[in-house]
Amino acid sequence: MVKTAGSFSRRLTSLFNWVDDRLPVSDFFKAHMSEYYAPKNFNFWYYFGALALLVLVNQIVTGIFLTMHYKPSALEAFASIEYIMRDVQWGWLIRYMHSTGASAFFIVIYLHMFRGIMYGSHRKPRELIWIFGMLIYLTLMAEAFVGYVLPWGQMSYWGAQVIISLFGAIPGIGEPLTEWIRGDFFISDITLNRFFALHVIALPLALLGLVVLHLSALHQVGSGNPDGIEIKEQKDADGVPLDGIPFHPYYTVKDIFGVCVFLTLCAFVIFFAPDVGGLFLEHDNFIPANPLATPEHIKPVWYFTPFYAILKAIPDKLLGVVFMGLAIVMLFLLPWLDRSRVNSIRYKGPRSKILLAIFVIAFIRLGMLGLSGGSEIETLEARLWTFVYFAYFGLLWLFSKGERTKPLPDRVT
Amino acid sequence: MKQLLILIILVFGIGQVQASGEAGSIDSSGVNVFDAAARQSGAKWFVNYCLSCHSANYMRYNRLAEDFGLSEAQVSENFIFDNRRIGSPMTIAMDKEDAALWFGKAPPDLSLIGRSRGADWIYTYLRSFYFDDSGSWNNLLLPNLSMPHVLWELQGVRKAVYHTVTDEYGNEKQEIDHFITVQTGSMSEEEYDHVARDLATFFEYLGDPARLKRKAIGWKVIVFLVVLTFLAYLLKSEYWRDIK
Amino acid sequence: MSQDGVNKARRRFLIGSTSVVGAVGVGFVAVPFIQSWQPSARAQAVGAPVEANINTIKPGQLVKFQWRGQTIGVMRRTQAMLDRLAELDSRLKDPDSENSGQQPDYAKNAHRSQDPEILVLNMHCTHLGCVPQVLPQPGAYSWERDWPGGFYCPCHKSKFDLAGRVFKSVPAPSNLLVPPHSFLLNDTLLIGVDPEGAA
Repeated sequence: MVKTAGSFSRRLTSLFNWVDDRLPVSDFFKAHMSEYYAPKNFNFWYYFGALALLVLVNQIVTGIFLTMHYKPSALEAFASIEYIMRDVQWGWLIRYMHSTGASAFFIVIYLHMFRGIMYGSHRKPRELIWIFGMLIYLTLMAEAFVGYVLPWGQMSYWGAQVIISLFGAIPGIGEPLTEWIRGDFFISDITLNRFFALHVIALPLALLGLVVLHLSALHQVGSGNPDGIEIKEQKDADGVPLDGIPFHPYYTVKDIFGVCVFLTLCAFVIFFAPDVGGLFLEHDNFIPANPLATPEHIKPVWYFTPFYAILKAIPDKLLGVVFMGLAIVMLFLLPWLDRSRVNSIRYKGPRSKILLAIFVIAFIRLGMLGLSGGSEIETLEARLWTFVYFAYFGLLWLFSKGERTKPLPDRVT
Repeated sequence: MKQLLILIILVFGIGQVQASGEAGSIDSSGVNVFDAAARQSGAKWFVNYCLSCHSANYMRYNRLAEDFGLSEAQVSENFIFDNRRIGSPMTIAMDKEDAALWFGKAPPDLSLIGRSRGADWIYTYLRSFYFDDSGSWNNLLLPNLSMPHVLWELQGVRKAVYHTVTDEYGNEKQEIDHFITVQTGSMSEEEYDHVARDLATFFEYLGDPARLKRKAIGWKVIVFLVVLTFLAYLLKSEYWRDIK
Repeated sequence: MSQDGVNKARRRFLIGSTSVVGAVGVGFVAVPFIQSWQPSARAQAVGAPVEANINTIKPGQLVKFQWRGQTIGVMRRTQAMLDRLAELDSRLKDPDSENSGQQPDYAKNAHRSQDPEILVLNMHCTHLGCVPQVLPQPGAYSWERDWPGGFYCPCHKSKFDLAGRVFKSVPAPSNLLVPPHSFLLNDTLLIGVDPEGAA
């Protein structure tokens, strides 16, 4: 925007220059925004990275304000949440923004990961971006887990009990390990307090660091695109990719639009149905934690349920933990399991498309089964989909190399 | 791509998982938390019948005044029976440990029962009391509970009549066949239903008082965001004209 | 990417209007967070007005109450105490309570209270907040020549008379605060609430 020269804008400019001489503000802006060339064919699936960043900021800001009123002690935690919901001015809104944000974070992340798998964003030379992303996912799961313990409701307590006891399955070190994690012989105030420190400081710092690494790795190589081709292979006389457009203003303006749509959807949830029928805020968590009364039905929050279903499907405790861990490890290995000639699903054969579709169905179905009680037939079905889930990785590795692919275009479509 | 999505949607249409039910089915209460009269009536029943044993520690009396559109004096007069201040929470004098001793289980605080159990469950529960064959109070939703039917004077007393049932393994057990009325209450069935519904309405409000204003604010927020989204869309389209 | 035919004016307008509406939105979002710092319902309840039974206070006696974390002194003054007040004006920094921040309008008078007999004071020294000693007897504080009776703060030696007015040549800058207070029908003092239609 061009301003008419006035002494105020002149002063502002010289102040900016003074700072810029001492801190690489304009260099940074050029390198990462106005002269960072992103492919021009980003579609709907490319909104989710920016949205993830938005949700991270939301969680931090609402989290800080919640911490101002929350009491991390077994005696006071539950009451302090109700204090926030009823006594603190606008406390209910801040709380709902945080709880909705937590679930929104996982929706966005799952869609973001799916885009990566679909368009080959994890393949060479972007493997490290994928690794950092998977580490973010793991850290996020840990963050969400310890965060859910904080309200100290029945589900907080018993969910923690179940998950921490999984570590007890590790042969030899299992029992001392669980005692070390708990800091006590049973889940107690001591456990709650340390989970509070992890949730409020340690894990957010780790998340922020990993996000910086994730974005740095991305900008080092440049963004992928739905066609999976490298735009840097076709540059003009000035070294600018022919299919590249400066991130600012084109993607800043597009992401602002995406953010607005996303906020509108979140507003519907926050103001009209923040519980989402018990999916985002579980009914049992409105009962204070009672070590003497186990809830009829212990289940983790929806975003953990696919892995929980795998855990429950395996009849052996240790093997269940192993397979649950393996389910996530397989995702780490994707860049090397996918040996296809092309990056994007658009240019792969029908076998790849069907395989991916079935993988998605397996993941969602496992998620639904993880929510339910686990009748005999449900356990059988969970075993089926667990097999399908792992089969995806095996079949991918087996058939991706030899599959007939469509010819790649020179330029993006 | 489209076929992928259709396939995914089809699979979930078929594979819906139903939550497992509990002993005794839940009746639909038709509670509307925005019904001010029902809320207030429920509050009155609550303070008169329930508050002696069950606290509502997270609700302050002056909040009732604010949400019900009553003056503090009105709330003091109708809902407070001792000389506690209007800003104090709805606590009870009974000690938790004593209560556990007398009743077998301390009557739980009811501030959040509307959120943990829901209005339908509460409505059904209040109408599911009966006298069992051991001569004590029982409830279809909470078998062998410690709570007596506090509202028996209103609903009346009914007693269960059992019959023997043999299951597929050849075991015999007693199952309730029907109920007989031992004593009629001061209210008809319809009137008592009304009481149960009003209480359920009150409990739903009690669990989440902010809900009363949440929706109104929500609409304003949505309208604002829609306007902002529209402007952002125009801005985005304008710039993207550059891109072929 | 084409830069020809770029309607700069339209772009400026759209950037401007989106930014303005966006900024308004940010303002709206900031409100709940800023408001969440206001005293909560619990703080309001704990900080609610205190009912003080003054019937048991004997003439010349001061009884202390807690209101909003502050020590409030309520004293039933004798006629002798009240008579002495007028003589002290020359020894005081602000004998006529000109500093309007230190008392409500209905206490801006010779006895700094609604009822001359009942003095209600915030007992925290206006210097740095210590609670002064209560020495109502003339001569009780032997280090001061002609001690008329009043409050003596041991922390930095500030002195106040029996209307809470600060003496000259002491560190405290102003008279002791008179908190809002009113009287209920049954002779109960209500600390924290001005009388109806308070002047």
